[in-house]
Amino acid sequence: MKAIDKLFKEKKDILSIYFTAGYPTLESTQEIIKTLEKNRTDLIEVGLPYSDPIADGPVIQKSSQKALENSMCISLLFSQLKAIKKEIHVPLILMGYYNQFLRFGEEAFLKKCKEVGLSGIILADLPAEIYQDKYRGLFEKYELAFIFLVTPKSSDARILKLSKLSKVFLYVISSTATTGVKDRFEKEQLDFFKRIQKLNLKIPTLIGFGISNRDSFSMACQYAQGGIIGSAFINALNEKDIKGSVQNFIESIV
Amino acid sequence: MNSPLIDEKGFYGDFGGAFVPEMLWPNIEELQECYQRIIAEKDFQADFKILLRDYVGRPTPLFFCEKLSRKYNARIYLKREDLNHTGAHKINNTIGQALMAKRLGKRKIIAETGAGQHGVATATVCALLDLECTVFMGAFDMQRQKPNVARMKMLNAKVIPVISGNKTLKDAVNETLRYWINHPETYYLIGSVVGPHPYPKMVAYFQSVISEEIRKQVFKKEGRTAPDYIIACVGGGSNAAGAFYHFLKDLSVQLIAVEAAGLGTHTDQTAATTVKGSKGVLHGSMTLVMQDKDGQIIEPYSISAGLDYPGIGPMHAHLFQNRRAQFLNVTDKEALQATYELTQLEGIIPALESAHALAALAKLSFKKEEVVVVNLSGRGDKDMESYIKTIDQFSKDEGYR
Repeated sequence: MKAIDKLFKEKKDILSIYFTAGYPTLESTQEIIKTLEKNRTDLIEVGLPYSDPIADGPVIQKSSQKALENSMCISLLFSQLKAIKKEIHVPLILMGYYNQFLRFGEEAFLKKCKEVGLSGIILADLPAEIYQDKYRGLFEKYELAFIFLVTPKSSDARILKLSKLSKVFLYVISSTATTGVKDRFEKEQLDFFKRIQKLNLKIPTLIGFGISNRDSFSMACQYAQGGIIGSAFINALNEKDIKGSVQNFIESIV
Repeated sequence: MNSPLIDEKGFYGDFGGAFVPEMLWPNIEELQECYQRIIAEKDFQADFKILLRDYVGRPTPLFFCEKLSRKYNARIYLKREDLNHTGAHKINNTIGQALMAKRLGKRKIIAETGAGQHGVATATVCALLDLECTVFMGAFDMQRQKPNVARMKMLNAKVIPVISGNKTLKDAVNETLRYWINHPETYYLIGSVVGPHPYPKMVAYFQSVISEEIRKQVFKKEGRTAPDYIIACVGGGSNAAGAFYHFLKDLSVQLIAVEAAGLGTHTDQTAATTVKGSKGVLHGSMTLVMQDKDGQIIEPYSISAGLDYPGIGPMHAHLFQNRRAQFLNVTDKEALQATYELTQLEGIIPALESAHALAALAKLSFKKEEVVVVNLSGRGDKDMESYIKTIDQFSKDEGYR
């Protein structure tokens, strides 16, 4: 967890990129991570493709489906990550669904995550109460950050509660929506960001969902310590030129 | 609303709960906070009961099947949920939840549907109560249940084809959940005893009128407070939940849950969750699900669109685990045979789902005086296309006697 703590202590305008492991090809995972590290990216979220991604919009759904058709699986992803562990210094976060963690065996899963160099985990559908009662100690044991999400519909009390449970940063979802691309933030979203600022949380925030270009990213940086881009990045990936398409996309953002 | 077996966090033993992304939390929380108070209100109960009586046509008859009884050597009754308005038990729940939505101030209803029965029941109640209705249905299911798609459209519901995954019920639920995340002002009217708490508990309660009536009717006809057996099919499990509900704690009643084996549990073309499944999370609740080693949900298969679901409701997972209910499974072929048998012996064409429950009769051995209630959850009109295709194969010249 040290690398990711250091990042949030030292840096502003944090650029975080999400992509789905095994998309567009089974082998693209390592190349995407390496290219992102060389191109300004501060934090990488690796999506574990899932058959029933209810929190995800069409772009990530399709990438997950393709990744599963490509035969991406958890053990393969772990071995791909392990193989590049030494050369990658940018912190990596794994993002998946609770059933994947449960089925693998919770402690075995965390042990593996630690072993392959991951810094944190997001499980979109693991409720805070169950994390608190059942898993908090395990995440601490393996020094893995568990990151919570809040939305414009979350009450102040719930945001405060989740900000205390969340480790390293709190993931602020810009709108009440599944993941996906929007052109810009509306007033309602900006009001939400201001509401979060007023709460003076003791933990940094990153804004995600709906960031797709330079403008929306810089807007996210005004209200939080940085932004997370997922669907727009996945849309930009070109199977025939992973490196070039990643570079071009990052250049278009910062 | 004192529901059996469930704790205040929505768990039936190890199963249940609300495993939903933060985006859905406010919607679920609102429902969790309000549903019990609303259901307990006198005018809610009055509205619900009047509509069940005058609009749905309840109580549904408990019919004694003389010839089926002779054949299976027991006293066999059918609980005629097929005679409900819209042709299945589904409408009991849609009336309850639509009244709930109105009291929560929601005007727009969303729902998923597999066989189309829940979609039709939802569209029907929405027409009656002036609610806007959008139904998500797997594109593949739309193909095999055309009459129901037409009914929903006639009732002015918007039917949205779901093209993700296997294009069946599981994918329709996913898509409805996503729509709900993006449109929190809508009310999600879920069709079975599945989904995050409080849905399984609420749907079971609205369907419990089935077992409430069975108790009274068995008393009237047999002079006993309970039957020896209750048999019902289980996809998600709402008709079974309703038929079992008031007998859950009455251990003298054998509860038989029948899953769809599809082409057989030895193949991968099956929907028999208790045979093939293991503990996992599906559609917001911890239950038994069909999944691979990585926790990816496996696409089920059954000839019956209403049973083509890779999980069962958490209450049923609990009944399976603690052996309160016995789980059997029935293949496509056995279900079709049961359809033709009932049609020719008793003059009733059952839905494919209900035919699975009927087919279980041949797998059990009864004593002559034992009272057996089969929940005939729906009628066969919607399945005529499947039946027409198989008529030569299953119609016997010598009949089924």
